[in-house]
Amino acid sequence: MTSVGKFIGRSVRRLEDPPLLTGQGRFAADFSFPGQLHMRVIRSAVAHGRLVRVKTDEALKLAGVHAVWIAADVAHISPIGFRLTGLTALEPYRQYILARDRVRYVGEPVAAVFASDPYTAEDAADLVEVETEIEPAVLDPTESPSAFDETHSTEPIILAKGYGDVDAAFAKAEHVIALELSIGRHSGVPIETRGAIGVYEEQRDVLKMYGAAKVPHWNRDRIAAMLGRKPGTVQLLEGHVGGGFGVRGEIYPEDLLVCAAALKFRRPIKWIEDRREHMIATNHSRQQVHKIRAAIDGAGRILAIDNEFFHDNGAYMRTHAATVPDLAAAMLPGPYRVPAYRARGHIRLTNKTPCGTYRAPGRFESTFARERLLDAIASRIGVDRVEIRRRNLIAKSAMPYALDLETLGTHVVYDSGDYAGLLDKALKATKWCELQDQLRARRARGETVGAGLALFVEKSGLGPFDQVRIEALPSGEIEVVTGTASVGQGVETVIAQICAETLGVDYARVRVIHGQTDRIERGMGAFASRVTVMCGEATRLASVKLRDKTLRHAATLMQTQAVDLDIVDGTIVRTGGSSGPSMTLGKLAKALPDGLSAEDTFESAHMVYPYGVHVAVVGVDRETGAVSIERYLVAYDIGRAVNPMLVEGQIVGGFAQGLGGALMEEFRYSETGEPLSVTFADYLMPTAREVPAVDVLITEDAPSPLNALGLKGAGEGGTNAVGAALASAIDDAIGISGAVTELPVTPARLRALIGTASVRKGD
Amino acid sequence: MNKKIDVVLNINGRDHAVSVEPRKTLVDAIRDDCGLTGTHIGCEHGICGACTVIVDGEPVRSCLMFAVQAAGKSVRTVEGLAEGDDLHPMQRAFIENHGLQCGFCTPGFLMLAVGVLEREPNISDQDLVDVLSSNLCRCTGYQNIIKAVRAAAHDMRKP
Repeated sequence: MTSVGKFIGRSVRRLEDPPLLTGQGRFAADFSFPGQLHMRVIRSAVAHGRLVRVKTDEALKLAGVHAVWIAADVAHISPIGFRLTGLTALEPYRQYILARDRVRYVGEPVAAVFASDPYTAEDAADLVEVETEIEPAVLDPTESPSAFDETHSTEPIILAKGYGDVDAAFAKAEHVIALELSIGRHSGVPIETRGAIGVYEEQRDVLKMYGAAKVPHWNRDRIAAMLGRKPGTVQLLEGHVGGGFGVRGEIYPEDLLVCAAALKFRRPIKWIEDRREHMIATNHSRQQVHKIRAAIDGAGRILAIDNEFFHDNGAYMRTHAATVPDLAAAMLPGPYRVPAYRARGHIRLTNKTPCGTYRAPGRFESTFARERLLDAIASRIGVDRVEIRRRNLIAKSAMPYALDLETLGTHVVYDSGDYAGLLDKALKATKWCELQDQLRARRARGETVGAGLALFVEKSGLGPFDQVRIEALPSGEIEVVTGTASVGQGVETVIAQICAETLGVDYARVRVIHGQTDRIERGMGAFASRVTVMCGEATRLASVKLRDKTLRHAATLMQTQAVDLDIVDGTIVRTGGSSGPSMTLGKLAKALPDGLSAEDTFESAHMVYPYGVHVAVVGVDRETGAVSIERYLVAYDIGRAVNPMLVEGQIVGGFAQGLGGALMEEFRYSETGEPLSVTFADYLMPTAREVPAVDVLITEDAPSPLNALGLKGAGEGGTNAVGAALASAIDDAIGISGAVTELPVTPARLRALIGTASVRKGD
Repeated sequence: MNKKIDVVLNINGRDHAVSVEPRKTLVDAIRDDCGLTGTHIGCEHGICGACTVIVDGEPVRSCLMFAVQAAGKSVRTVEGLAEGDDLHPMQRAFIENHGLQCGFCTPGFLMLAVGVLEREPNISDQDLVDVLSSNLCRCTGYQNIIKAVRAAAHDMRKP
């Protein structure tokens, strides 16, 4: 670890915890308003069809029902637009907030009931009749494209990225390795479902939406535009947020419905998603098929990678547009030298729930593809899996390393890193060589055990800016107003630590405001592991300004020079032994007519790139196909850990989600597009029984040169390589290199793999 | 179906006279009729355990119980754990061990763990993990929850 400050680098307790532990949290469902109506959404029960008629008269007769809306009632509202990677070719595939002439997935909103209480709203929803002419459902993203509508195909675009002469590299290659790999459909699935409450304040002509998350400022602007209002007359308010993971806080149809209805009916409109709805209505993610090829020389060095992949985006292009396949293409080369690279990503529409990002979007997928490829290269050349990686890693001396690719509007330039150094540390921490001997001996005794590893580069700290305003209040409290958001990751604590360290106060006296569009005019929110990096550096800059200003003002009042003053624990004190009274920040703030505040903005055109190594040791039950994880290590270099306890929490929590996607979680569909994973009984998330203790090695060997503290984001490295590392370990355990080609490795799939192997061996 | 029934719910030692439809779940009554929103709803089919409360000493899923069934019983929710400003050992242990992130599943875990440890203070580590595997958390990866509950179990055994 590098230098530990008074607050930065210390595992101080979270400021967020007390209200959350005492039942005083304010989550979306906890907001209620006098006279509110409850909304219930009627959703398509068929995967694909022509919408013939929606009959609402029976529902309207029910006592307590205020209104029922169908598409005609919201005809003035445009489809939901793109927030990131919004290519023009994708625009015809945007979703309207209520289906117009066709339905394209089970769960698509068709109508909305507004009633006096949620039970009545559900009763009424049952009385709405949706008549549909069923059409065949498209479920396989790799089959030939078909018609999305009269004029558009189910393949809007093929993303192309790359550099170098790939064909020439393949022509001179010693070996060519080709794999077909697939990643299952799973998603964030937070324990709190979504919720939105629209409130219109007629006196002030202000529309408020509670239940905001992730990107409140962006959503404020979009919602205002879609409803034909000025952004200043719309406010988004974030309460506590029960997990985000990428899916929550994007604009969904229900957000617009509650806002439009609040304006129309002049009553608060409350909508709380139920779990079945969540499983079919909130963004899915991940599902891709990769056909990847590598050209290598005789020593297993990569000469080129050519990857054609199929991205199943479900029924519509939502706010993320091409973000996930774009990231998959841009991040696939990872920590290795790839002299020539070509990616072609087929974006495909199918009749399933639309998709967006999920923690390590595009990277969980591409790391699985790349690391399977590295294992296959090792196997072909006949060297071990560690050695093949060493031969291909980008050297520390090559940093910063430009990949000649772009994603999210930025050039991919690895800012710093010592990939081989971290690999060594991870191997040492797991005693890799001894471990191999032990596993070999156990296998010789008939056990089905093995180890695997995977390396990756993450991205974090997406700009372009973050703005922070800090004010010392007369009470002595410090208020930090940010344009960021909290999805439960500990933003308040980390930002308070950076402010406290820089300014010279106790972190517990720092109050961090986030997710309130009425408190700050602009903000970027919380996604892409960006908050600690972008908001953290903006906070540091504003704290430096406030500190300078404080000392300047105090020097005048205390009749001394600013250089002879310091701020210690919230008090302005004289340094260098000079005597005289001190003064608290609160007292100074009270004494100044304009108060004591400062504001600054951090701008960054490039992302920062943490990197990591996952090592897994697994046992396989040959009878049941169950995988038990005996040991798991995540080594992750994030430049500087502001709060190691929280970083470790992010890594272990992220690992558990990666484990779910690698072994258990899958949104399955019937042949007709009926979703089969709509409860927690059939969508299996890891419990305390399935998640092992994880060893976490946080390193700070490669601070980012792009911000003063050297920060990189910690949110996604725990998830990124879990599929890849477990696949490698399972191969090793069952003794078949390259056996795992599909995630999740469910017991049924693993039993099938073992069965095939037994037949092959003739036993 | 829709005719309301008057019942008295005793929550954290206080009586709440409410009028509810027979089909109203206990969790909805606790939240909407008694105004105690610390108990959360995560799935409404009895799997995630976010709505766990203690009824007559037993941790139960309040989404799987009707409010009318709780009449005459003693219900404890997360709001009743601390005594004034003094946090329950379980709450303290969750802070000290970073046993929560977003905090949405947390009240359910607290009530599950407190309910079990009050009945079985010397529960084995293995059995404790089994019990904790009956609730879902999506943020922490569970390890810190297990650590917190073990630490609290130790504190709760102290005379």
